[in-house]
Amino acid sequence: MWAFINKLRSPKWFYAISARLQPVFWVAAAVLLLVGSVWGLAFAPADYQQGNSFRIIYVHVPAAFLAQSIFVSMAVAGLVYMVWKIKIADMAAAMMAPLGAAMTFVSLFSGAVWGVPTWGTWWMWDARLTSMLILLFLYLGVIALRGAFTSRDSASRAASVLAMVGVINIPIIKYSVDWWYTLHQPATFTITGRAAMPMEMWAPLLIMVLGFYSFFIALTLMRTRSEILRRESNKRWVRELIGEER
Amino acid sequence: MAFESFNEFIAMGGHAPYVWAAWAATAGLLVGIVLHARAERRLLLRNLQRRVRRENRQGANPGGMAGVSHQTGGDRHDT
Repeated sequence: MWAFINKLRSPKWFYAISARLQPVFWVAAAVLLLVGSVWGLAFAPADYQQGNSFRIIYVHVPAAFLAQSIFVSMAVAGLVYMVWKIKIADMAAAMMAPLGAAMTFVSLFSGAVWGVPTWGTWWMWDARLTSMLILLFLYLGVIALRGAFTSRDSASRAASVLAMVGVINIPIIKYSVDWWYTLHQPATFTITGRAAMPMEMWAPLLIMVLGFYSFFIALTLMRTRSEILRRESNKRWVRELIGEER
Repeated sequence: MAFESFNEFIAMGGHAPYVWAAWAATAGLLVGIVLHARAERRLLLRNLQRRVRRENRQGANPGGMAGVSHQTGGDRHDT
């Protein structure tokens, strides 16, 4: 176990193993997103109340899931970095933040666009909407904080702390629809209990969610590999590798 | 198929602006993010390759500029 953890600490080992994992996740993301999009846009039945506007769910829900999962991943990576000084964790956290911010934006934007035909408004200071907006600001805060230090170590520690503190917003987002039931509907998927929609509707949603997660993993692997080269550019193994890499 | 024709598919039962705006924004961002990651990697590799080549040249010429000679062992910084 410790041998494995020690391997995990080594950027060189991570660089090698991620080279093999990365294509798997890119292919999975491409296939899942393609199948999920065609199914969700053209084959899933229209909602009996919302008509075809409900097809926004297939980008809205996966983006919102990812927005929250990425923040939790960033907080966990921050903890791992602070406690065990594992640099890879910090590199991955740094590379995840912009995607998390983008996904938060996508969920807010698609939700606003969906709100117009469904609620008659694109924005309300509803608890779920507001806590998602706070998540966007937290992401921007983490990104800005990382850029605000000349010392990389200080930047990494500050960003880690903000991610670990900010993660308190995640349970608030999750339970906001139950605690303050105002506008946003409760969760579509629950681990316990039956799905609130027929299989022809939730199957493409599940595929899209898996596609978004694969995309996140593939992109984080790819960008973390770049970050390793950037930060470890004085190491002998990186210099030897540079000549061969494309 | 939930639609009778391609035109109906595009019209989305009158909800076309909402559905397509949400999907286009999502797809556009995802594609942009991938292109950015690729450009980032290419640029980084190009810069690193240039640097390694430059330092190797300096390393192969020990009698060269004294002022930069301390940098020449770039690939010997560590093990």
